[in-house]
Amino acid sequence: MRDRLLLPLLLLIAASLPWVAEAFGTPATTGLATRIAIYAIAAASLNVILGFGGLVSFGHAAYFGLGGYTVGILWEHFRLGEPFLGIVPGSANLLVTFPCSLLVGGLAAAAIGALSLRTSGVQFIMITLAFAQMVYFLFVSLAVYGGDDGLMIRRTNAFLGLNLRDAATMYWLSLGVLVVWLWLLGRIVRSRFGRVLEGVRQSERRMAAIGISTYPYKLAAFVISGVGCAAAGALWANHARFVSPDMMHWTKSGELMIMVILGGMGTLLGPVLGSAALVGLEYMLSGLTEHWQFILGPILIMIVLFARNGLMSLLAPRGRASRG
Amino acid sequence: MAVRAVAEPVLVLERLCKRFGGVIATDDLSLEVRPGEIHALIGPNGAGKTTVIGQICGEIRPDAGRVLFAGADITALSVAQRVRCGLSRTFQIVQLLDDDTALENVAIAVQAAQGHSFRFWADARLDRRRIEAARASLLEVGLPQERWRVRASDLSHGERKQLELAIALARQPKLLLLDEPMAGLGAAESVRMTEVLRAFKGRIPMLLVEHDMDAVFRLADRVSVLVAGRCIASGLPEAVRTDPAVREAYLTEEEA
Repeated sequence: MRDRLLLPLLLLIAASLPWVAEAFGTPATTGLATRIAIYAIAAASLNVILGFGGLVSFGHAAYFGLGGYTVGILWEHFRLGEPFLGIVPGSANLLVTFPCSLLVGGLAAAAIGALSLRTSGVQFIMITLAFAQMVYFLFVSLAVYGGDDGLMIRRTNAFLGLNLRDAATMYWLSLGVLVVWLWLLGRIVRSRFGRVLEGVRQSERRMAAIGISTYPYKLAAFVISGVGCAAAGALWANHARFVSPDMMHWTKSGELMIMVILGGMGTLLGPVLGSAALVGLEYMLSGLTEHWQFILGPILIMIVLFARNGLMSLLAPRGRASRG
Repeated sequence: MAVRAVAEPVLVLERLCKRFGGVIATDDLSLEVRPGEIHALIGPNGAGKTTVIGQICGEIRPDAGRVLFAGADITALSVAQRVRCGLSRTFQIVQLLDDDTALENVAIAVQAAQGHSFRFWADARLDRRRIEAARASLLEVGLPQERWRVRASDLSHGERKQLELAIALARQPKLLLLDEPMAGLGAAESVRMTEVLRAFKGRIPMLLVEHDMDAVFRLADRVSVLVAGRCIASGLPEAVRTDPAVREAYLTEEEA
Protein backbone atom coordinates (compact mmCIF):
# COMPACT_ATOMS: atom_id res chain seq x y z
CA MET A 1 0.00 0.00 0.00
CA ARG A 2 1.61 3.20 -1.15
CA ASP A 3 -1.10 5.02 0.87
CA ARG A 4 0.88 4.16 3.99
CA LEU A 5 3.63 6.51 2.89
CA LEU A 6 1.59 8.93 0.85
CA LEU A 7 -0.87 9.97 3.54
CA PRO A 8 1.63 10.92 6.27
CA LEU A 9 3.63 12.78 3.62
CA LEU A 10 0.56 14.71 2.48
CA LEU A 11 -0.27 15.47 6.09
CA LEU A 12 3.24 16.72 6.71
CA ILE A 13 3.06 19.02 3.71
CA ALA A 14 -0.36 20.27 4.78
CA ALA A 15 0.81 20.90 8.35
CA SER A 16 3.88 22.86 7.26
CA LEU A 17 1.88 25.10 4.95
CA PRO A 18 1.76 28.20 7.23
CA TRP A 19 5.58 28.25 7.46
CA VAL A 20 5.95 27.77 3.74
CA ALA A 21 3.45 30.55 3.09
CA GLU A 22 5.40 32.80 5.45
CA ALA A 23 8.67 31.95 3.76
CA PHE A 24 7.30 32.78 0.34
CA GLY A 25 5.84 36.01 1.62
CA THR A 26 2.25 34.98 0.87
CA PRO A 27 0.66 34.67 4.32
CA ALA A 28 -2.81 34.96 2.76
CA THR A 29 -2.37 31.38 1.56
CA THR A 30 -2.89 30.16 5.12
CA GLY A 31 -6.35 31.72 5.24
CA LEU A 32 -7.15 30.19 1.88
CA ALA A 33 -6.03 26.78 3.11
CA THR A 34 -8.18 27.19 6.22
CA ARG A 35 -11.20 27.81 4.01
CA ILE A 36 -10.35 24.72 1.99
CA ALA A 37 -10.04 22.60 5.13
CA ILE A 38 -13.33 23.86 6.59
CA TYR A 39 -15.25 23.30 3.37
CA ALA A 40 -13.59 19.91 3.06
CA ILE A 41 -15.09 18.95 6.43
CA ALA A 42 -18.54 20.01 5.24
CA ALA A 43 -18.16 18.33 1.84
CA ALA A 44 -16.84 15.11 3.39
CA SER A 45 -19.89 15.12 5.64
CA LEU A 46 -22.31 15.68 2.77
CA ASN A 47 -20.51 12.86 0.98
CA VAL A 48 -21.70 10.41 3.67
CA ILE A 49 -25.29 10.77 2.53
CA LEU A 50 -24.72 11.84 -1.09
CA GLY A 51 -21.75 9.73 -2.12
CA PHE A 52 -21.96 6.67 0.10
CA GLY A 53 -25.73 6.60 0.62
CA GLY A 54 -26.71 7.86 -2.83
CA LEU A 55 -29.26 10.26 -1.34
CA VAL A 56 -29.18 13.69 -2.97
CA SER A 57 -29.63 16.17 -0.15
CA PHE A 58 -29.81 19.69 -1.46
CA GLY A 59 -29.99 21.40 1.92
CA HIS A 60 -26.81 20.69 3.81
CA ALA A 61 -25.84 24.35 4.04
CA ALA A 62 -28.54 24.55 6.73
CA TYR A 63 -26.42 22.50 9.14
CA PHE A 64 -23.30 24.44 8.20
CA GLY A 65 -25.17 27.64 9.03
CA LEU A 66 -26.71 26.27 12.21
CA GLY A 67 -23.28 25.21 13.43
CA GLY A 68 -21.96 28.69 12.74
CA TYR A 69 -24.93 30.46 14.31
CA THR A 70 -24.62 28.34 17.45
CA VAL A 71 -21.16 29.80 17.97
CA GLY A 72 -22.40 33.28 16.98
CA ILE A 73 -25.46 33.27 19.22
CA LEU A 74 -23.58 31.87 22.22
CA TRP A 75 -20.99 34.61 21.70
CA GLU A 76 -23.71 37.26 21.49
CA HIS A 77 -25.23 36.13 24.80
CA PHE A 78 -21.81 35.92 26.36
CA ARG A 79 -21.14 39.50 25.25
CA LEU A 80 -24.50 40.77 26.52
CA GLY A 81 -24.23 38.71 29.69
CA GLU A 82 -27.78 37.43 29.47
CA PRO A 83 -28.66 33.76 28.94
CA PHE A 84 -30.15 32.46 25.69
CA LEU A 85 -33.93 31.98 26.14
CA GLY A 86 -33.33 32.94 29.76
CA ILE A 87 -31.73 29.57 30.55
CA VAL A 88 -28.66 28.78 28.44
CA PRO A 89 -25.72 30.99 29.42
CA GLY A 90 -23.62 32.39 26.61
CA SER A 91 -20.11 31.16 26.01
CA ALA A 92 -16.99 32.10 24.15
CA ASN A 93 -15.10 28.92 24.83
CA LEU A 94 -14.72 26.55 21.90
CA LEU A 95 -14.79 23.57 24.28
CA VAL A 96 -18.38 24.57 25.03
CA THR A 97 -19.54 26.08 21.75
CA PHE A 98 -18.17 23.34 19.49
CA PRO A 99 -20.09 20.47 21.15
CA CYS A 100 -23.16 22.74 21.23
CA SER A 101 -22.82 23.25 17.47
CA LEU A 102 -22.59 19.51 16.87
CA LEU A 103 -25.65 18.96 19.03
CA VAL A 104 -27.70 21.63 17.25
CA GLY A 105 -26.63 20.35 13.83
CA GLY A 106 -27.39 16.76 14.82
CA LEU A 107 -30.82 17.56 16.25
CA ALA A 108 -31.78 19.64 13.21
CA ALA A 109 -30.61 16.88 10.88
CA ALA A 110 -32.55 14.30 12.91
CA ALA A 111 -35.77 16.31 12.67
CA ILE A 112 -35.40 17.30 9.01
CA GLY A 113 -34.05 13.90 8.02
CA ALA A 114 -36.86 12.04 9.80
CA LEU A 115 -39.40 13.85 7.63
CA SER A 116 -37.41 14.11 4.38
CA LEU A 117 -36.39 10.45 4.31
CA ARG A 118 -40.04 9.44 4.05
CA THR A 119 -39.70 10.55 0.43
CA SER A 120 -37.17 9.57 -2.20
CA GLY A 121 -35.82 10.69 -5.56
CA VAL A 122 -36.75 14.15 -6.76
CA GLN A 123 -39.12 14.72 -3.85
CA PHE A 124 -36.26 14.12 -1.44
CA ILE A 125 -34.13 16.71 -3.23
CA MET A 126 -36.95 19.24 -3.13
CA ILE A 127 -37.93 18.66 0.49
CA THR A 128 -34.36 18.94 1.79
CA LEU A 129 -34.02 22.15 -0.21
CA ALA A 130 -37.31 23.46 1.19
CA PHE A 131 -36.31 22.77 4.79
CA ALA A 132 -32.95 24.45 4.30
CA GLN A 133 -34.62 27.52 2.83
CA MET A 134 -37.00 27.61 5.80
CA VAL A 135 -34.03 27.70 8.15
CA TYR A 136 -32.43 30.35 5.93
CA PHE A 137 -35.49 32.62 6.06
CA LEU A 138 -35.85 32.03 9.78
CA PHE A 139 -32.41 33.55 10.32
CA VAL A 140 -33.02 36.33 7.80
CA SER A 141 -36.02 37.37 9.89
CA LEU A 142 -34.30 37.02 13.28
CA ALA A 143 -33.52 40.72 13.82
CA VAL A 144 -32.12 40.01 17.32
CA TYR A 145 -29.22 38.20 15.73
CA GLY A 146 -28.64 40.66 12.93
CA GLY A 147 -31.17 39.27 10.46
CA ASP A 148 -29.96 39.74 6.92
CA ASP A 149 -26.76 41.48 8.04
CA GLY A 150 -25.55 38.58 10.12
CA LEU A 151 -23.72 38.58 13.38
CA MET A 152 -20.20 39.82 14.10
CA ILE A 153 -18.12 37.76 16.51
CA ARG A 154 -15.66 40.32 17.81
CA ARG A 155 -13.53 37.87 19.69
CA THR A 156 -12.76 34.34 18.58
CA ASN A 157 -13.53 31.53 20.99
CA ALA A 158 -11.01 30.66 23.65
CA PHE A 159 -9.57 27.22 23.13
CA LEU A 160 -7.02 25.70 25.50
CA GLY A 161 -5.08 28.93 25.64
CA LEU A 162 -4.56 29.06 21.88
CA ASN A 163 -5.13 32.24 19.94
CA LEU A 164 -7.56 31.37 17.17
CA ARG A 165 -7.18 34.83 15.77
CA ASP A 166 -3.75 33.76 14.60
CA ALA A 167 -4.18 32.48 11.04
CA ALA A 168 -1.77 29.58 11.45
CA THR A 169 -3.37 28.37 14.70
CA MET A 170 -6.84 28.53 13.14
CA TYR A 171 -5.52 26.61 10.15
CA TRP A 172 -3.97 23.88 12.28
CA LEU A 173 -7.16 23.53 14.28
CA SER A 174 -9.23 23.19 11.10
CA LEU A 175 -6.76 20.74 9.61
CA GLY A 176 -6.80 18.73 12.83
CA VAL A 177 -10.60 18.52 12.86
CA LEU A 178 -10.56 17.55 9.17
CA VAL A 179 -8.05 14.75 9.73
CA VAL A 180 -9.89 13.35 12.75
CA TRP A 181 -13.21 13.56 10.93
CA LEU A 182 -11.86 11.79 7.83
CA TRP A 183 -10.38 9.09 10.03
CA LEU A 184 -13.73 8.58 11.78
CA LEU A 185 -15.59 8.55 8.46
CA GLY A 186 -13.07 6.02 7.15
CA ARG A 187 -13.94 3.70 10.02
CA ILE A 188 -17.66 4.26 9.54
CA VAL A 189 -17.76 3.52 5.80
CA ARG A 190 -15.85 0.27 6.32
CA SER A 191 -18.03 -0.88 9.20
CA ARG A 192 -21.19 -2.96 9.04
CA PHE A 193 -23.13 0.30 9.05
CA GLY A 194 -21.09 1.52 6.11
CA ARG A 195 -21.80 -1.67 4.19
CA VAL A 196 -25.53 -1.14 4.67
CA LEU A 197 -25.22 2.46 3.50
CA GLU A 198 -23.32 1.30 0.42
CA GLY A 199 -26.09 -1.21 -0.21
CA VAL A 200 -28.74 1.49 0.08
CA ARG A 201 -26.94 3.46 -2.63
CA GLN A 202 -26.85 0.50 -4.97
CA SER A 203 -30.28 -1.04 -4.51
CA GLU A 204 -32.84 -0.33 -1.81
CA ARG A 205 -34.93 -3.16 -3.20
CA ARG A 206 -32.08 -5.60 -2.64
CA MET A 207 -31.61 -4.35 0.92
CA ALA A 208 -35.30 -4.91 1.71
CA ALA A 209 -35.04 -8.38 0.16
CA ILE A 210 -32.31 -9.36 2.63
CA GLY A 211 -34.45 -8.11 5.50
CA ILE A 212 -33.00 -4.66 6.16
CA SER A 213 -35.40 -1.81 6.84
CA THR A 214 -33.32 0.99 5.38
CA TYR A 215 -34.97 4.01 7.01
CA PRO A 216 -33.13 4.01 10.38
CA TYR A 217 -29.79 3.58 8.62
CA LYS A 218 -30.48 6.42 6.21
CA LEU A 219 -31.54 8.61 9.12
CA ALA A 220 -28.37 7.81 11.07
CA ALA A 221 -26.27 8.69 8.01
CA PHE A 222 -28.23 11.91 7.59
CA VAL A 223 -27.53 12.87 11.21
CA ILE A 224 -23.82 12.03 10.89
CA SER A 225 -23.58 14.26 7.82
CA GLY A 226 -25.50 17.04 9.58
CA VAL A 227 -23.18 16.90 12.59
CA GLY A 228 -20.12 17.13 10.33
CA CYS A 229 -21.49 20.15 8.48
CA ALA A 230 -22.25 21.84 11.80
CA ALA A 231 -18.64 21.23 12.91
CA ALA A 232 -17.47 22.96 9.75
CA GLY A 233 -19.87 25.83 10.42
CA ALA A 234 -18.55 26.28 13.97
CA LEU A 235 -14.99 26.49 12.65
CA TRP A 236 -16.10 28.88 9.93
CA ALA A 237 -17.65 31.22 12.52
CA ASN A 238 -14.30 31.38 14.29
CA HIS A 239 -12.34 31.76 11.09
CA ALA A 240 -14.49 34.51 9.58
CA ARG A 241 -15.53 35.95 12.98
CA PHE A 242 -18.87 36.51 11.33
CA VAL A 243 -21.97 34.47 10.61
CA SER A 244 -24.80 35.38 8.26
CA PRO A 245 -27.79 33.69 6.61
CA ASP A 246 -25.66 33.43 3.45
CA MET A 247 -24.00 30.43 5.11
CA MET A 248 -27.24 28.49 4.63
CA HIS A 249 -28.38 29.84 1.31
CA TRP A 250 -29.24 27.16 -1.24
CA THR A 251 -26.30 28.19 -3.41
CA LYS A 252 -24.04 27.16 -0.52
CA SER A 253 -25.71 23.72 -0.51
CA GLY A 254 -25.02 23.64 -4.24
CA GLU A 255 -21.36 24.52 -3.71
CA LEU A 256 -20.97 21.66 -1.24
CA MET A 257 -22.57 19.30 -3.76
CA ILE A 258 -20.23 20.52 -6.49
CA MET A 259 -17.24 19.85 -4.22
CA VAL A 260 -18.39 16.28 -3.61
CA ILE A 261 -19.15 15.55 -7.25
CA LEU A 262 -16.01 17.30 -8.46
CA GLY A 263 -13.76 15.43 -6.07
CA GLY A 264 -15.38 12.02 -6.36
CA MET A 265 -18.57 10.76 -4.77
CA GLY A 266 -18.21 7.93 -2.34
CA THR A 267 -14.48 8.36 -1.88
CA LEU A 268 -12.87 9.44 1.36
CA LEU A 269 -10.49 12.08 0.02
CA GLY A 270 -12.56 13.18 -2.97
CA PRO A 271 -14.41 15.94 -1.10
CA VAL A 272 -11.08 17.34 0.11
CA LEU A 273 -9.85 17.53 -3.49
CA GLY A 274 -13.17 19.00 -4.53
CA SER A 275 -12.99 21.66 -1.87
CA ALA A 276 -9.39 22.51 -2.78
CA ALA A 277 -10.30 22.70 -6.47
CA LEU A 278 -13.39 24.85 -6.05
CA VAL A 279 -12.09 27.21 -3.38
CA GLY A 280 -8.70 27.39 -5.10
CA LEU A 281 -10.13 28.08 -8.55
CA GLU A 282 -12.47 30.68 -7.14
CA TYR A 283 -9.56 32.43 -5.46
CA MET A 284 -7.29 32.36 -8.50
CA LEU A 285 -9.92 33.28 -11.07
CA SER A 286 -11.46 36.05 -8.99
CA GLY A 287 -7.96 37.56 -8.85
CA LEU A 288 -7.88 37.62 -12.64
CA THR A 289 -11.28 38.96 -13.50
CA GLU A 290 -14.51 40.11 -12.00
CA HIS A 291 -16.38 37.67 -14.22
CA TRP A 292 -14.53 34.66 -12.85
CA GLN A 293 -17.64 32.50 -12.78
CA PHE A 294 -17.65 32.75 -16.56
CA ILE A 295 -14.38 30.81 -16.59
CA LEU A 296 -15.15 28.55 -13.63
CA GLY A 297 -18.28 27.10 -15.26
CA PRO A 298 -16.57 25.61 -18.33
CA ILE A 299 -13.71 24.26 -16.18
CA LEU A 300 -16.20 22.42 -13.96
CA ILE A 301 -17.97 21.02 -17.01
CA MET A 302 -14.67 19.78 -18.43
CA ILE A 303 -13.73 18.05 -15.19
CA VAL A 304 -17.12 16.35 -14.92
CA LEU A 305 -16.98 15.29 -18.58
CA PHE A 306 -13.45 13.94 -18.58
CA ALA A 307 -13.29 12.55 -15.07
CA ARG A 308 -16.63 10.84 -14.63
CA ASN A 309 -15.99 9.85 -11.05
CA GLY A 310 -14.37 13.12 -10.11
CA LEU A 311 -10.80 14.14 -9.51
CA MET A 312 -10.18 11.04 -7.41
CA SER A 313 -10.59 8.85 -10.48
CA LEU A 314 -7.68 10.70 -12.11
CA LEU A 315 -5.47 9.83 -9.14
CA ALA A 316 -6.68 6.27 -8.66
CA PRO A 317 -7.99 5.17 -12.07
CA ARG A 318 -9.45 1.94 -10.76
CA GLY A 319 -11.93 4.09 -8.84
CA ARG A 320 -14.97 2.26 -7.67
CA ALA A 321 -13.65 -1.12 -8.68
CA SER A 322 -11.19 -1.05 -5.82
CA ARG A 323 -14.00 -0.69 -3.36
CA GLY A 324 -15.70 -4.00 -4.27
CA MET B 1 -54.42 -35.20 2.70
CA ALA B 2 -52.48 -37.19 5.26
CA VAL B 3 -49.53 -34.82 4.99
CA ARG B 4 -51.80 -31.87 5.51
CA ALA B 5 -53.25 -33.27 8.67
CA VAL B 6 -49.83 -33.62 10.27
CA ALA B 7 -48.06 -30.46 9.19
CA GLU B 8 -49.53 -27.03 8.87
CA PRO B 9 -48.84 -25.27 5.58
CA VAL B 10 -45.92 -22.83 5.59
CA LEU B 11 -47.63 -20.29 3.39
CA VAL B 12 -51.34 -19.74 2.97
CA LEU B 13 -52.93 -17.25 0.62
CA GLU B 14 -56.48 -16.70 1.76
CA ARG B 15 -58.93 -15.27 -0.78
CA LEU B 16 -56.52 -12.63 -2.08
CA CYS B 17 -57.98 -9.91 -4.30
CA LYS B 18 -56.14 -7.14 -6.08
CA ARG B 19 -57.35 -4.83 -8.80
CA PHE B 20 -55.51 -2.10 -10.65
CA GLY B 21 -58.17 0.31 -11.87
CA GLY B 22 -60.53 -1.82 -13.95
CA VAL B 23 -58.16 -4.76 -14.24
CA ILE B 24 -58.61 -7.61 -11.81
CA ALA B 25 -55.07 -8.88 -11.29
CA THR B 26 -55.79 -11.32 -8.47
CA ASP B 27 -59.28 -12.74 -8.23
CA ASP B 28 -60.19 -14.50 -5.00
CA LEU B 29 -57.01 -16.54 -4.98
CA SER B 30 -56.39 -19.15 -2.33
CA LEU B 31 -53.27 -21.26 -2.34
CA GLU B 32 -50.94 -22.99 0.08
CA VAL B 33 -47.40 -24.25 0.24
CA ARG B 34 -46.86 -27.22 2.54
CA PRO B 35 -43.67 -28.04 4.42
CA GLY B 36 -41.01 -29.55 2.22
CA GLU B 37 -42.89 -29.23 -1.02
CA ILE B 38 -42.11 -27.37 -4.21
CA HIS B 39 -45.29 -25.73 -5.34
CA ALA B 40 -45.16 -24.37 -8.88
CA LEU B 41 -47.34 -21.48 -9.96
CA ILE B 42 -47.70 -21.36 -13.71
CA GLY B 43 -49.88 -19.44 -16.11
CA PRO B 44 -49.76 -17.57 -19.40
CA ASN B 45 -48.32 -14.06 -19.63
CA GLY B 46 -50.55 -11.54 -17.93
CA ALA B 47 -52.16 -14.14 -15.68
CA GLY B 48 -51.12 -12.14 -12.62
CA LYS B 49 -48.24 -14.25 -11.33
CA THR B 50 -46.01 -11.24 -10.64
CA THR B 51 -48.83 -9.54 -8.73
CA VAL B 52 -49.22 -12.64 -6.56
CA ILE B 53 -45.48 -12.69 -5.84
CA GLY B 54 -45.66 -8.98 -5.00
CA GLN B 55 -48.43 -9.60 -2.49
CA ILE B 56 -46.61 -12.51 -0.86
CA CYS B 57 -43.33 -10.65 -0.43
CA GLY B 58 -45.03 -7.41 0.59
CA GLU B 59 -44.33 -5.07 -2.30
CA ILE B 60 -48.04 -4.97 -3.18
CA ARG B 61 -50.86 -4.68 -0.65
CA PRO B 62 -53.89 -6.86 -1.43
CA ASP B 63 -57.31 -5.19 -1.54
CA ALA B 64 -58.80 -8.10 0.36
CA GLY B 65 -57.68 -11.42 1.78
CA ARG B 66 -54.81 -12.48 3.98
CA VAL B 67 -51.31 -13.87 3.68
CA LEU B 68 -50.41 -16.33 6.43
CA PHE B 69 -46.81 -17.39 6.90
CA ALA B 70 -45.64 -19.98 9.43
CA GLY B 71 -48.99 -19.66 11.14
CA ALA B 72 -48.92 -15.87 11.52
CA ASP B 73 -50.80 -13.21 9.59
CA ILE B 74 -48.16 -11.20 7.73
CA THR B 75 -50.52 -9.22 5.48
CA ALA B 76 -49.63 -5.92 7.17
CA LEU B 77 -45.87 -6.48 7.41
CA SER B 78 -43.29 -4.67 5.27
CA VAL B 79 -41.02 -6.45 2.79
CA ALA B 80 -38.06 -6.42 5.18
CA GLN B 81 -40.15 -7.63 8.12
CA ARG B 82 -41.40 -10.59 6.07
CA VAL B 83 -37.84 -11.47 5.15
CA ARG B 84 -36.90 -11.38 8.80
CA CYS B 85 -39.76 -13.85 9.46
CA GLY B 86 -38.01 -16.28 7.10
CA LEU B 87 -39.47 -15.53 3.69
CA SER B 88 -36.66 -15.15 1.14
CA ARG B 89 -37.08 -14.46 -2.54
CA THR B 90 -35.29 -14.17 -5.83
CA PHE B 91 -36.24 -11.70 -8.53
CA GLN B 92 -37.33 -12.19 -12.10
CA ILE B 93 -34.95 -9.38 -13.02
CA VAL B 94 -31.89 -9.97 -10.87
CA GLN B 95 -31.37 -7.38 -8.11
CA LEU B 96 -27.79 -7.30 -6.90
CA LEU B 97 -25.33 -4.84 -5.43
CA ASP B 98 -23.52 -4.50 -8.74
CA ASP B 99 -20.44 -2.66 -7.45
CA ASP B 100 -19.73 -5.31 -4.83
CA THR B 101 -18.15 -8.72 -5.24
CA ALA B 102 -20.24 -11.88 -5.30
CA LEU B 103 -18.93 -12.76 -1.85
CA GLU B 104 -19.80 -9.35 -0.43
CA ASN B 105 -23.32 -9.61 -1.87
CA VAL B 106 -23.89 -12.74 0.18
CA ALA B 107 -21.95 -11.43 3.19
CA ILE B 108 -24.28 -8.47 3.59
CA ALA B 109 -27.25 -10.84 3.66
CA VAL B 110 -25.48 -12.87 6.33
CA GLN B 111 -24.82 -9.65 8.21
CA ALA B 112 -28.51 -8.74 8.00
CA ALA B 113 -29.42 -12.12 9.48
CA GLN B 114 -27.07 -11.49 12.43
CA GLY B 115 -29.09 -8.60 13.85
CA HIS B 116 -28.92 -4.84 13.47
CA SER B 117 -26.07 -3.14 11.64
CA PHE B 118 -25.58 -0.13 13.89
CA ARG B 119 -21.94 -1.09 14.26
CA PHE B 120 -19.76 1.78 13.24
CA TRP B 121 -16.28 0.76 14.23
CA ALA B 122 -14.95 -2.66 13.22
CA ASP B 123 -14.02 -3.32 9.59
CA ALA B 124 -16.86 -5.43 8.20
CA ARG B 125 -14.75 -7.04 5.48
CA LEU B 126 -12.40 -8.54 8.06
CA ASP B 127 -15.30 -9.95 10.04
CA ARG B 128 -15.10 -13.76 9.85
CA ARG B 129 -18.67 -14.20 11.05
CA ARG B 130 -19.91 -12.55 7.87
CA ILE B 131 -17.60 -14.28 5.45
CA GLU B 132 -17.81 -17.89 6.60
CA ALA B 133 -21.57 -18.25 6.30
CA ALA B 134 -21.40 -16.45 2.95
CA ARG B 135 -18.87 -18.97 1.63
CA ALA B 136 -21.07 -21.87 2.72
CA SER B 137 -24.01 -20.39 0.88
CA LEU B 138 -22.00 -19.84 -2.30
CA LEU B 139 -20.72 -23.40 -2.20
CA GLU B 140 -24.27 -24.70 -1.92
CA VAL B 141 -25.40 -23.03 -5.15
CA GLY B 142 -22.20 -24.13 -6.88
CA LEU B 143 -20.81 -20.78 -7.94
CA PRO B 144 -17.15 -21.54 -8.77
CA GLN B 145 -14.77 -20.24 -6.13
CA GLU B 146 -12.69 -18.22 -8.59
CA ARG B 147 -15.79 -16.11 -9.30
CA TRP B 148 -16.37 -15.09 -5.68
CA ARG B 149 -14.11 -12.05 -5.85
CA VAL B 150 -15.60 -10.83 -9.13
CA ARG B 151 -17.86 -7.81 -9.11
CA ALA B 152 -21.52 -8.79 -9.43
CA SER B 153 -21.88 -6.65 -12.57
CA ASP B 154 -19.10 -8.63 -14.26
CA LEU B 155 -20.73 -12.01 -13.67
CA SER B 156 -22.64 -13.79 -16.44
CA HIS B 157 -26.42 -13.81 -16.35
CA GLY B 158 -26.46 -17.42 -15.18
CA GLU B 159 -23.96 -16.71 -12.43
CA ARG B 160 -26.00 -13.72 -11.31
CA LYS B 161 -29.06 -15.97 -10.99
CA GLN B 162 -26.98 -18.42 -8.93
CA LEU B 163 -25.65 -15.59 -6.77
CA GLU B 164 -29.15 -14.35 -6.08
CA LEU B 165 -30.14 -17.81 -4.93
CA ALA B 166 -27.10 -17.90 -2.63
CA ILE B 167 -28.19 -14.56 -1.14
CA ALA B 168 -31.71 -15.86 -0.55
CA LEU B 169 -30.31 -18.98 1.13
CA ALA B 170 -27.94 -17.00 3.34
CA ARG B 171 -30.79 -16.11 5.68
CA GLN B 172 -31.71 -19.79 6.07
CA PRO B 173 -35.28 -19.12 5.02
CA LYS B 174 -38.39 -21.09 5.94
CA LEU B 175 -39.72 -20.53 2.43
CA LEU B 176 -38.12 -19.63 -0.88
CA LEU B 177 -40.09 -17.55 -3.31
CA LEU B 178 -38.56 -18.08 -6.74
CA ASP B 179 -39.68 -15.65 -9.43
CA GLU B 180 -38.69 -17.28 -12.72
CA PRO B 181 -35.27 -18.63 -11.72
CA MET B 182 -34.76 -20.03 -15.25
CA ALA B 183 -35.62 -16.81 -17.09
CA GLY B 184 -32.92 -15.97 -19.63
CA LEU B 185 -30.83 -19.05 -18.89
CA GLY B 186 -29.40 -21.24 -21.64
CA ALA B 187 -30.44 -24.88 -21.81
CA ALA B 188 -27.38 -26.14 -19.94
CA GLU B 189 -27.60 -23.41 -17.29
CA SER B 190 -31.26 -24.15 -16.85
CA VAL B 191 -30.53 -27.83 -16.20
CA ARG B 192 -27.83 -26.87 -13.69
CA MET B 193 -30.18 -24.49 -11.85
CA THR B 194 -32.83 -27.20 -11.76
CA GLU B 195 -30.31 -29.56 -10.15
CA VAL B 196 -29.30 -26.96 -7.58
CA LEU B 197 -32.93 -26.36 -6.62
CA ARG B 198 -33.61 -30.06 -6.55
CA ALA B 199 -30.86 -30.46 -3.97
CA PHE B 200 -32.91 -28.32 -1.56
CA LYS B 201 -36.09 -30.26 -2.18
CA GLY B 202 -37.56 -31.50 1.05
CA ARG B 203 -35.37 -29.16 3.09
CA ILE B 204 -36.76 -25.79 2.11
CA PRO B 205 -40.29 -25.40 0.79
CA MET B 206 -40.51 -23.32 -2.37
CA LEU B 207 -43.10 -21.45 -4.34
CA LEU B 208 -41.82 -21.54 -7.88
CA VAL B 209 -43.12 -19.20 -10.56
CA GLU B 210 -41.72 -20.45 -13.83
CA HIS B 211 -42.28 -20.53 -17.59
CA ASP B 212 -39.84 -23.35 -18.28
CA MET B 213 -42.20 -26.34 -18.25
CA ASP B 214 -39.38 -28.89 -18.25
CA ALA B 215 -38.09 -27.42 -15.02
CA VAL B 216 -41.58 -27.17 -13.52
CA PHE B 217 -42.41 -30.80 -14.18
CA ARG B 218 -39.00 -31.95 -13.01
CA LEU B 219 -39.17 -30.04 -9.72
CA ALA B 220 -42.74 -29.50 -8.63
CA ASP B 221 -44.67 -31.65 -6.18
CA ARG B 222 -47.80 -29.70 -6.95
CA VAL B 223 -48.77 -27.27 -9.68
CA SER B 224 -51.32 -24.49 -9.61
CA VAL B 225 -52.43 -22.80 -12.80
CA LEU B 226 -53.26 -19.12 -12.76
CA VAL B 227 -55.37 -17.62 -15.53
CA ALA B 228 -56.68 -14.04 -15.36
CA GLY B 229 -55.88 -13.85 -11.66
CA ARG B 230 -57.77 -17.01 -10.78
CA CYS B 231 -56.55 -20.46 -9.93
CA ILE B 232 -58.20 -22.73 -12.48
CA ALA B 233 -56.49 -25.94 -11.45
CA SER B 234 -54.28 -27.20 -8.68
CA GLY B 235 -52.88 -30.62 -8.02
CA LEU B 236 -50.22 -33.15 -8.93
CA PRO B 237 -48.20 -32.24 -12.03
CA GLU B 238 -49.56 -35.13 -14.08
CA ALA B 239 -53.16 -34.34 -13.20
CA VAL B 240 -52.70 -30.69 -14.09
CA ARG B 241 -50.93 -31.50 -17.33
CA THR B 242 -53.91 -33.52 -18.53
CA ASP B 243 -56.59 -31.18 -17.20
CA PRO B 244 -58.62 -30.09 -20.26
CA ALA B 245 -59.23 -26.57 -18.93
CA VAL B 246 -55.53 -26.08 -18.40
CA ARG B 247 -54.66 -27.43 -21.83
CA GLU B 248 -57.06 -25.01 -23.40
CA ALA B 249 -56.00 -21.98 -21.39
CA TYR B 250 -52.33 -22.45 -21.31
CA LEU B 251 -50.41 -25.49 -22.39
CA THR B 252 -51.76 -25.66 -25.93
CA GLU B 253 -50.84 -22.06 -26.48
CA GLU B 254 -47.37 -22.76 -25.16
CA GLU B 255 -46.85 -25.84 -27.31
CA ALA B 256 -48.28 -24.33 -30.46
